[in-house]
Amino acid sequence: MRTIFILIRKEFIQIVRNKSMLPVMIVVPVVQMFVLVYAANLNMKNIDFVILDLDQSPTSLKLANKFASSPFFIEKGRVYSIVEADKLLRNDRADLVIQLPSGMEKNLTLGQGASVQFLINGINSMAAVLTGAYAQNILMDFNRELLPQYHRISSNSLQNTIEVTYSHWYNPELDFKIFMVPGILVILVSLVGWMLTALNIVREKELGTIEQINVSPIRKYQFILGKLIPFWVIGLFELGFGLFLGRLVFHVPIVGSLLLLFLFAAVYLVSVLAIGLFISAVSETQQQVMFISFFFALTFILMSGIFTPVESMPDWAHWVNLLNPLAYFMKVIRMILLKGAGFCEVWKEFLSVAVYGSLMTLLAVRSYRKRA
Amino acid sequence: MNRFFNIIRKELYHVFRDRRTLLVLFGIPVMQILIFGYVITNDFKDIGVAVMDQSDDPDSKALTAKIFASGFFKFSGAIHSEEEIHKAFRKGSIRAVFVIEPDFSERMMQGELARVKIITDASDPNLANTIVNYLSGIVRNYAIGTGVNPSRLLVLHAEPRMVFNEKLIGAYMFVPGTLALILMLISALLTSISLTREKESGTMEVLLVSPLRPIQIILGKVTPYVLLSFINGIVILIIGALVFDLPIRGSIPLLFFELLLYITLALSLGIFISNISSSQQNAMFISLFALMLPAVLLSGFIYPVENMPLILQWLSALVPPRWFIVILKDIMMKGNGLAYVWDETLILLGMTLLFLLASIVKFKERLTA
Repeated sequence: MRTIFILIRKEFIQIVRNKSMLPVMIVVPVVQMFVLVYAANLNMKNIDFVILDLDQSPTSLKLANKFASSPFFIEKGRVYSIVEADKLLRNDRADLVIQLPSGMEKNLTLGQGASVQFLINGINSMAAVLTGAYAQNILMDFNRELLPQYHRISSNSLQNTIEVTYSHWYNPELDFKIFMVPGILVILVSLVGWMLTALNIVREKELGTIEQINVSPIRKYQFILGKLIPFWVIGLFELGFGLFLGRLVFHVPIVGSLLLLFLFAAVYLVSVLAIGLFISAVSETQQQVMFISFFFALTFILMSGIFTPVESMPDWAHWVNLLNPLAYFMKVIRMILLKGAGFCEVWKEFLSVAVYGSLMTLLAVRSYRKRA
Repeated sequence: MNRFFNIIRKELYHVFRDRRTLLVLFGIPVMQILIFGYVITNDFKDIGVAVMDQSDDPDSKALTAKIFASGFFKFSGAIHSEEEIHKAFRKGSIRAVFVIEPDFSERMMQGELARVKIITDASDPNLANTIVNYLSGIVRNYAIGTGVNPSRLLVLHAEPRMVFNEKLIGAYMFVPGTLALILMLISALLTSISLTREKESGTMEVLLVSPLRPIQIILGKVTPYVLLSFINGIVILIIGALVFDLPIRGSIPLLFFELLLYITLALSLGIFISNISSSQQNAMFISLFALMLPAVLLSGFIYPVENMPLILQWLSALVPPRWFIVILKDIMMKGNGLAYVWDETLILLGMTLLFLLASIVKFKERLTA
């Protein structure tokens, strides 16, 4: 037991002594959190549009103004030919060109329809779909205003026969930050723990200091524990720190029990650190560790459900996710923080992570050979 | 000159000797493109929705059937009380509850307003929003199918056309992003690691006291990575073209020129990082946290830059991939020529010069020290 404490002390001394790593470990994640939370926003606003008004009538002017007054759209002026419009789309000055056909108002007075063309920059397909939907909604609204004028129908009778209301639980304002902060916390805690562990051991290999430990009477499990515990503590500390900031700055709700969250994190961190340990045991250089870790970390992060819901992924992704510790934590942290899930709702994930962690640790200990 | 080639050869040995790194280098883009192509799609399907039917009459049943016939939603049980909703949400088994309020059929018959309510688990706000949009769309269509139909009297109809990407293929977005990311990864990360490793192991001193000039050492060290990056870039483009039908509408020589420019930029960044960091670990963390994450998040790769707060928009202007992605999209999808991308090209060029200059200044300082 004393040996382990001495090893842990050695690790901490090394960590604190390394002036360049300390800021990296504390400052960088915090900065990342702020940048990421604000950057990761899929809500569309500020859609730049131009109007190509070939009608030049009061009605077309009214429609143009309707678009300009919508909070989603920003008018970037008018164009007078399709060539001009194309140029603006090409150099990204506009995301949307609204083309009002000539004779629009005349057709309307004759009781005929007219078609309004939306030219949407489709390269970002997700944004393009939303832009199209927003634009169509505005047009529908406009139609509703026009109908009484051209069809002698009172706008009352045009109301829907079914009224749809909705309420959003746990996040009534649909604040995206509340969703992102826990997700980013998972990534930061995991990445820092994983990378630091992995790099640490292989660094001892590269520098040759591992030989010294090998010839010392330190046992294998003591060595591994001595490496794991410091980073485990750092990981938990970062979680607490990040949570504190998230609460302070982004007002992330903490509905569930913090104790449960930290218990889960404590178990979870073992599995992540063990992965790092395993990678460092099978690698020779820091570069290898870095790239192999990067490969798996990227895969795990993208598939964890941080951006898109897991259930919409194909079946094989569900299988891969069984081996993805981040997917479990991603689910559980949001469940506990935002929805107040208790132990009976997360026990399956708890169990999975515990089994995963012990298997991974076993594997890591086995693959670390004490060579004299 | 011969000595210069020897350095290149030495560096190539280093690269090829480490099979694992090499494998990962070519594995990452493939894996990333596949994940983005097949996993992180905007597919909206099989979302668990429970029904709380307080009417339980023919119309409410017909509406429910219609909702689950769409394929977007998966019927996840009937619910009878608010308490049950809480429980189900907390368990995470459903994402929304569709509530049909009492007397649904009767109200519809009498021309009164029939009411439905959508309760979402908005802990995932995007998903909640999409669920509401889709569900109300289905309800609206149902209403049109049964009752008075206001939209048949449409006076103006929309004719949306997606320019540059008519089929709305997601790859148009993520292949350029992946390209920018991977090239940055290989070039900047590998170079900075390779240079700091020489420092750490002391072999840099050996190189410095050799008759080679510093510029030769650095050039010799980075040339193999230019090659590697370039090959990798072409592999990504080929995958994009073969698997996802990605077009290259503009000029290929121009595309290659921009590719080379970007690689050079990333390399000079790598050299710069290696100059300011003392250890490999340090260089890696700087590269990873200061380069990779911004390259993913601030470049407009996943999240459009226009949506960000102003400060982040300014910050993103400092991120090279942002400009490179614009160039790639312009050349590949829009078929634009240099006339449209000259400003972005100039920015990349300026950044390259800046980093090279800074590195050279730093490098000399170290020599005298």
